[in-house]
Amino acid sequence: MADKLLVNPIDCKGHAACAELLPEAITLDEWGYPVLDPRPLPPGLERHARAAVSACPTLALRLQRA
Amino acid sequence: MTAVTDSTESDAAVGLPRLLPPPQEKRARQGLEQHLARHGRLPYRDRAGTLIRDIESAGLTGRGGGAFPVHRKLQAVSDAADRYRRTPAVIANGAESEPASDKDATLLWLSPHLVLDGLQLAAEAVGADTAILYTHANRKNDVGARLREAIAQRQERGIDRVPVQLAEAPARFLAGQETALLSHLSGRAAVPTFMPPRITERGLGNAPTLVQNVETLAHLALIARRGPRWFRAVGTEQEPGSMLATVRRLDGQPKISEVPLGIPLLTLTGELRQDGAVLIGGYHGTWVTAGQAQQLTMDNASLAKAQAKVGAGIVITLPSDRCGIVETARVVRYLALESAGQCGPCLNALPRIAAALAEIAGGRFRKGTLEDVDRWSDQVAGRGACHHPDGTTRFVASALRTFAAEVALHKAGRCSAASKKPFLPVPQATARAETDWI
Amino acid sequence: MNQLLGKGSHTEIVSGINSSTVMWYASRATGVVALLLLTAVLLLGIGVARDKRLPGLPRFAASGLHRNVSLLATAFVAVHVVTAVADGFVKIPITAAVVPLASSYERFWLGAGAVSFDLMLAAVITSLLRRHLSRKTWRGVHLTAYLCWPVAWFHSVFASKDIQHGPLLAVGIACALAVLAAAMWRVAEAGKDVPRAERVALLMAAAHSRIHSKGSRERTFAQ
Repeated sequence: MADKLLVNPIDCKGHAACAELLPEAITLDEWGYPVLDPRPLPPGLERHARAAVSACPTLALRLQRA
Repeated sequence: MTAVTDSTESDAAVGLPRLLPPPQEKRARQGLEQHLARHGRLPYRDRAGTLIRDIESAGLTGRGGGAFPVHRKLQAVSDAADRYRRTPAVIANGAESEPASDKDATLLWLSPHLVLDGLQLAAEAVGADTAILYTHANRKNDVGARLREAIAQRQERGIDRVPVQLAEAPARFLAGQETALLSHLSGRAAVPTFMPPRITERGLGNAPTLVQNVETLAHLALIARRGPRWFRAVGTEQEPGSMLATVRRLDGQPKISEVPLGIPLLTLTGELRQDGAVLIGGYHGTWVTAGQAQQLTMDNASLAKAQAKVGAGIVITLPSDRCGIVETARVVRYLALESAGQCGPCLNALPRIAAALAEIAGGRFRKGTLEDVDRWSDQVAGRGACHHPDGTTRFVASALRTFAAEVALHKAGRCSAASKKPFLPVPQATARAETDWI
Repeated sequence: MNQLLGKGSHTEIVSGINSSTVMWYASRATGVVALLLLTAVLLLGIGVARDKRLPGLPRFAASGLHRNVSLLATAFVAVHVVTAVADGFVKIPITAAVVPLASSYERFWLGAGAVSFDLMLAAVITSLLRRHLSRKTWRGVHLTAYLCWPVAWFHSVFASKDIQHGPLLAVGIACALAVLAAAMWRVAEAGKDVPRAERVALLMAAAHSRIHSKGSRERTFAQ
C-alpha cells in the first residue's frame, strides 16, 4: 500500500523544509505552512518523503502506512 | 429560566416531551422523586454489552453536533478496554460552548437525573470505573449547585454504582471539543490536541474514554427503560428519535423545544418572510434562505441539500430589521478570537477572514476582498487539529451565499438593516491569557 | 605538527612522530577538530530551532548540515577516544570513554569528556530514532546539547595543556564566545515569542489595522 503523509498542525511551525524536499506532494500556503496533497504518495517518492519527514525540525510530519 | 416552548396535543400523542418535564409541570425542575415517579428505577443490565445492542437497534446518534452512531462509540470503547486491559472512563459532555445554544444547560437544569442515569448506564455498558460530568457550572442558572445536589442525593440513595465527579468547563468556544475537554480534565488548558490515536482508544489517563453529549445520555437512559421500538416511534427511519432544539425567533430569546427529527423546519421557525434567512446548527452551521427553509426538514438527509446539518439543534430566524452580513461579521470576529492559536492555518486565516468580513459589513470593501475570503477559506479547509477553521469558514461561505444581495448592497455603501442592535448572542469576554483556558 | 600539538607533558621526551606517538597526536588532532565541529553543530542547531536560513541555501540545508556535521563530529570524537585509549603511554581504560571518573589519568577532566560523550551519544541516537519517539522525549534529550557542549569545552581545555596557550587557546576562546553569543541570542529570541493565548488577539489587531495591505506575509506567526 502507498504511504500517506500526515502533518500535526499544532507542532508544525512552518519551517517549510518539507515543501522544499518534496514539492511533488507538499506546497506552502501564503503564510508558509505546508499543504499536503491528499492523494496517496506517488510511487518512487518514498525516499524523498522520508527525507522530508526527517528534515522537519519540530517532528510535525509523519509518514503513515495507508 | 429559559422558556420551554409550548407542547401541542400532537406532541403529547407521540409522548413528547420525553426528556424535558411534562407540559403540565412545564417549568418545574425534576427532583429525584419526580424523576423516579415518571421514569421508574434505573434499569442496570448487570451484563456488559446488552445495552449496546439496544442502542444499535434504536439508532441513537450523538446529539452534541456530530451525529455519530452511539453504539459504535460504546463498542469501540468496550473493545479497546478488552484489547488494552484498561478500565475505561465515561464523560458526559455538557460544555455547551456554542453561545447560541441553550439546550444542554436547560436539560441539566430541568432533568439532571436523566443525564446522570445515562451516565451510569453508559459506564456499565463499557465497564467504566470513572464517570465525569463536564459542564459550564454557572452560565445562567447555578447548574453546578443543582448537579452537586442531585449527585449527593443519588449517592445517599445508593443509586449510582460509579461515583460521579463534576468538572467545570472554561467559558471558551472550544471547551466542549473532545480533545480540548480531555486536555482540560488532565489538568491542562482546554485546547484541542492532535489525534490520533482516538480517545476511544487512549483518552483520559490513557484509558479508553467515552465522551457523550448530555442529551445523548438522557436518550440512552430512556432507551434502556423503554426499548428501541419506543425510541423509533418518532423521527425518521434513518434518523430516529427526538431532539432538543434551541430556537430563537425574532425576539432573540432562546426557547428549548423537544421535537422529532424530520419535522419541517418551518414548524420551528414559524412563517418566514420572503427575503428572510435562517441559521441552522449554530456558529459552525449554515445560513439558508427562506426559500430553502420551506423545503427542509430537521434531519441531516434533508438539510444536506442546503449544505446544512442538524448539529446541536440550533435554529435561529434573522429578524427583518437586521443585516445578515453585519451579524455574521460579528460572530466571525468572536470565532476568530476563540481560536486556540495553535495551528498556523487557523491562526493566520481566521483573523484575516474576520477583518475582511468587518470590511464588507462596514461597506468599505475593496475589489478582491471576497476573493481573499474565498482563497483563505480554501486554504484552511481540513488543516486544523480540530474543526474550528472548517466550521467557521463553512459558516462564512453560507453567509456570503445566502446574503449575496446584501453583499451587493454593501458594495454600494448601503445596508438594509434598520436596527444596529446586535442580534446573535456573542460573549464579550475573549481569552487574553492562558488562565482563561483553564 | 609536533610544534603545534606536541607540547603535552610527555611528548617532549620523544622526538617526532613514531609508532608510539602517532596515536597520541591523532587523539589530540581529532579532539581539536571535534571541538570545532561540535561548535558548528550547536550554532547550526540554534539556527535551525529558530528557523534561520543560511544565506544562499534552501531551508533544509541548515538542518541537513546540522545533522551531517553532527555525524561527522561523532566520528571525530570516536577516533579521538579510540586513539587516546590505544595510545600506550598513559593508561586510559576503554570504560573511561563512557564512564566518568573511570580513568586514573586526569580523572576529573577525562570524566567530563565521558559525560559529554554520553550526552552526545544520547542526542545522536535519539535523533536517528527520531521518528519512533514522541516530540517531547526527543526534544528533552536534545536540549541536553546545551549541557553537552560546555562540558566538552571544559574537557578540551583542561584535560590537556595543548589548548591552554598559543593559537589553540585563541580557537578555544573563539568557540566559547561564539556559543555564548548564539545562546544569548537564542534566549532573547525565545523571549519575543508570543504566548499561545495572546497570539490570536495580536494577529486580529494587525489584520484589522492593516485591512488594505495586500501583502499577506506582513505578519505571520510561527508559534
